[in-house]
Amino acid sequence: MLTDVDLAAVWLTLKLASTTTAILMGVGTPIAWWLARTRSKFKGIVGAVVALPLVLPPTVLGFYLLIAMGPYGPVGQLTQSLGLGVLPFTFPGLVVASVFYSLPFVVQPLQQAFESIGVRPLEVAATLRASPWDAFFSVALPLARPGFITAAILGFAHTVGEFGVVLMIGGNIPGQTRVASVQIYDHVEALEYAQAHWLAGGMLLFSFLALLALYTLNARPPKA
Amino acid sequence: MKSHLPYLLIGLVFAVSGGVVHAAEVQVAVAANFTAPMQKIAAEFEKDTGHKVLLSSGATGKFYAQIKNGAPFEVFLAADDQTPAKLESEGDAVPGSRFTYAIGKLMLWSAQPGYVDPQGAVLKQDRFQHLAIANPKTAPYGAAAMEVLTHLNLLDAVQPKLVTGENIAQAHQFVATGNAELGFVALSQVMENGKLTGGSGWPVPAELYEPIRQDAVILTPGKDQPAAKALVEYLRDKKAIAIIRSYGYDL
Repeated sequence: MLTDVDLAAVWLTLKLASTTTAILMGVGTPIAWWLARTRSKFKGIVGAVVALPLVLPPTVLGFYLLIAMGPYGPVGQLTQSLGLGVLPFTFPGLVVASVFYSLPFVVQPLQQAFESIGVRPLEVAATLRASPWDAFFSVALPLARPGFITAAILGFAHTVGEFGVVLMIGGNIPGQTRVASVQIYDHVEALEYAQAHWLAGGMLLFSFLALLALYTLNARPPKA
Repeated sequence: MKSHLPYLLIGLVFAVSGGVVHAAEVQVAVAANFTAPMQKIAAEFEKDTGHKVLLSSGATGKFYAQIKNGAPFEVFLAADDQTPAKLESEGDAVPGSRFTYAIGKLMLWSAQPGYVDPQGAVLKQDRFQHLAIANPKTAPYGAAAMEVLTHLNLLDAVQPKLVTGENIAQAHQFVATGNAELGFVALSQVMENGKLTGGSGWPVPAELYEPIRQDAVILTPGKDQPAAKALVEYLRDKKAIAIIRSYGYDL
């Protein structure tokens, strides 16, 4: 069965995934909106940067984050001068890393949702004297609902599945940075296969249910 | 281009089979702390014998799990003496091929010069935020670090500051990047030619932990492989021993 240490790892994973998803929905929505609407020549660059974590090995991300957030790195210098200390080996550090790591999984579904609305509904709203903000909140957001559901579920599930980055910057501290995926790795390394099975099986079930929810919630009859 | 492919393949087959006759490859799993000396020894070995060495380095516990599940390693240089003995008794290693190739030493190390005093008193001061160790569950150097902390009655005090690397290489990396102010690393990682390569350190007195006897063994896939046998013999030769000693190991 799951021990207290395992449960703590699961709890920490859920906390990390919820925090990350909440931040990403806030940060990702304006980025996705801008990417969907803009005609700027920077669109390609921003789109490529957002998509980088999709193709980069987690070790690259983990390595750069460890150097950048460390005491001699630029981010580390900044956080130290703000009196925050350094981020590696801390929960906030994992949140920062996860936000980068899961960014494309939130931005891309949102961007697609915004793009599929097209300009027409917003133009109509404008002729009805809706302000841009009003049009965004009362027209675009409801129409992009499936995109938001997809973004939230994928962002959450992808953060739960994070391993390489955490391994590189986490330091395996119980209750702080020891998430479920690292705990599974530890169990396997220590030949505690029974405990590894409980956690790994749980992850498998969770991932399946998350994707099932995704496909069920977004299952709509095809548009005419 | 296409028409050349069969010839290329035939050539490749000859090249590969020819390789087996003259010089063979030997796949070696090496404990993370011994990576640097092993690279040096492997280079000398390749020069002297013509055999090729493929090195994989990592945590001893992980290698054990991989070997039990059919990893193709022929020689295993572990960070302890229990894992090779276990593999031998479980029939995964060649009986009688086991021997101690090095006795590892522990070092309290910081990347900052002057941070660690020669007596290691820094451990008792509340100046640092993170103390890096290797995972005590899977890495012998991690277990030795825990022994030292227990002996010094410091375990409770430093427990909240412990950051655990997956193996001793990662513990060293946490300290080298400055993310942990100090950590217990293998002496061999911070020493070359009998000198500290950088930072500051306290060589932990031997009475504070059980000697880290590191055993090597020929694994079942390496049975009857001349390259594997040659490498193990080479490790006991004085050329290799000199390299091993230069990294601060006892022997």
